[in-house]
Amino acid sequence: MGLTTTSLSATATATNSSAKPPLLRVRNLAKRFGKNVVLRDISLDVAEGEFLTILGESGSGKTTLLRIIAGFESASSGELWMGEEQLGRQPPYRRRVNTVFQHYALFPHLTVEQNVGYGLRVARRPETEIAARVEDALAKVKMTAHAKAKPSKISGGQQQRVALARALVNRPRLLLLDEPLSALDANLRRQMQVELKSLQREVGISFIFVTHDQEEAMVMSDRIALLRSGELEQVATPREIYSQPATAYVAQFIGHTNLLKADVQGGIARCVAGAWPVEAADGVALFSLRPENIRVISPGGVGTAGGVRVRGRVRHQAFHGATELIRVECSENLALVVRTSSGAEAMEEEIELEFSPTDAVLVRESAERI
Amino acid sequence: MFSRGYKAAVTLPPVLWVALFLFTPYVLMFCYSFWSVSPAQTIVHSWDLNNYKDLLRVDVYWQTLLRSMWIAARVTIFSLLLAYPMAYFLSFQAGKRKDLLYQLVVIPLWVSYLVRAYAWKTILGSDGVLNTLLQYVHLTRHPLEFLLYSPFAVVLTLTHIYTPFAFLPIYAALEHIPRNLVEASHDLGATPAQTFWRVILPLSIPGVLAGATFAFVLSLGDFLAPLLLGGPSGIMISNIVVSLFGAAYNWPLGAAISLCMLVLVVGLIFGSERLGKKWSFS
Repeated sequence: MGLTTTSLSATATATNSSAKPPLLRVRNLAKRFGKNVVLRDISLDVAEGEFLTILGESGSGKTTLLRIIAGFESASSGELWMGEEQLGRQPPYRRRVNTVFQHYALFPHLTVEQNVGYGLRVARRPETEIAARVEDALAKVKMTAHAKAKPSKISGGQQQRVALARALVNRPRLLLLDEPLSALDANLRRQMQVELKSLQREVGISFIFVTHDQEEAMVMSDRIALLRSGELEQVATPREIYSQPATAYVAQFIGHTNLLKADVQGGIARCVAGAWPVEAADGVALFSLRPENIRVISPGGVGTAGGVRVRGRVRHQAFHGATELIRVECSENLALVVRTSSGAEAMEEEIELEFSPTDAVLVRESAERI
Repeated sequence: MFSRGYKAAVTLPPVLWVALFLFTPYVLMFCYSFWSVSPAQTIVHSWDLNNYKDLLRVDVYWQTLLRSMWIAARVTIFSLLLAYPMAYFLSFQAGKRKDLLYQLVVIPLWVSYLVRAYAWKTILGSDGVLNTLLQYVHLTRHPLEFLLYSPFAVVLTLTHIYTPFAFLPIYAALEHIPRNLVEASHDLGATPAQTFWRVILPLSIPGVLAGATFAFVLSLGDFLAPLLLGGPSGIMISNIVVSLFGAAYNWPLGAAISLCMLVLVVGLIFGSERLGKKWSFS
């Protein structure tokens, strides 16, 4: 828990506008393509040196948001500020923002070296400076050996690094990354996640990283902005978004969860699983309960004081390496997913489960939108 | 597996076609180019290089060949100058009107060559549309004679006729450029002009080369435009070949000139293809 609090407070100061103004401010941004609303009322701050991930399913508008920040699309309404200047009115080539494209978009007629030097060359920097900075950038991504190669002659992972070097060499204030790892295979992907994160710390440039992969978002980000059908569901640190999901959608999108629909009456929540005290208004409420927060009580074992207990039958088991997810049917309309590490439960066995009321997080029901 | 009979049935027609309509005529032409014509107007099957020597010795032949190349070169340049901006606009700027504009560019290809050549005749002639207009607005007093029956008329007509041929490969090459490369260039700080010179133009070179080859080769061998609009000063090498095979009755010399052009054209096509490969990336 100590870790959680420090990382939370660190981001709190980083995003606190009184300490340092945010690098990028997105205000009430909306985008429509004809009648189709792609983004609505997006407001978001990106702090100096922050790694922010925009997470969402395909079609959630995450790439459109990135393209608006880059300048390839213009917003239908709303504002985009970088420091004291309105970014929205500037063409992409005037913005101190660089992009790493999903399919890298390296220039096929130029060598690796010329690709990396492109931004400096069009800015008419002196050749000696270009040579030095290109060399430096290539060394940073470990691509010096391939400086003279054409992009078609190097692998996908290497193209990825070149694309990164090509963007970073210009020392942008903000780097946008559009699903840059999606074309890589799983192993290389994990390796690049670590490298990218440490590179970001090293250069200290703010990153906006777009992905549909929640695991990737959790591993790399300082904060995650979860986008759903063009609206922000929650913007928070990975830990916060996992332990305190704001909506049922967030809870389900990030990791596994159990959603409990309970009836709240006079500070007591009741559902099939049991009853527990809660601070909420009367009415129907939704609770998110993570599988790892449910314990299996061994036969004859004693539960914790104040724990909510429920009995059920094991219906499904899925092995995940270190842990196992089992699906326990408690009643006709309640099945709980439980994370165990023992592997002692047998199929069809009847077991007793317990969870602490504090682990059942009250979440908003997300309005269904299409 | 396919039966032997099926294979033969499928291969035979194209092989026959090539043998009958390409190989045989070329071999015949090759042989003819070494023969000669007797004073009695019969073909003498004597093997010598006299026809090729004539080609170099007689001024009118090599001068006409050079002039034809010069006309073809001008047609190529003007076609490219017209076709490239057109293709660029269509590919990058036209938006929804793209299909319509594309059709408008291509439609002239469906119109008979003769009709287009005659159209220019009625425009450029001394009583033509252009001269009438110029006199009507008092820009000129007398009809401008150089408009028709001149190399100018030939270049103009051929440019009009072959610009779509230059346009098509350039347009195809531009359409092939991934748009995220253009975005990447802007993203890296390049202005639209810098993006054009550093990304779009280099990546469209293969299309430009193919278009230039089309325009040059097709106009080099053209004989209708010079016949209809060229006059004495606008004669091209094909007109000489036509007359050698016709009224002049000197098939051997005609064959020798044709063979020279063939070598020239094939060399050009090979050259531009090799150059194009150097500039293509995938």
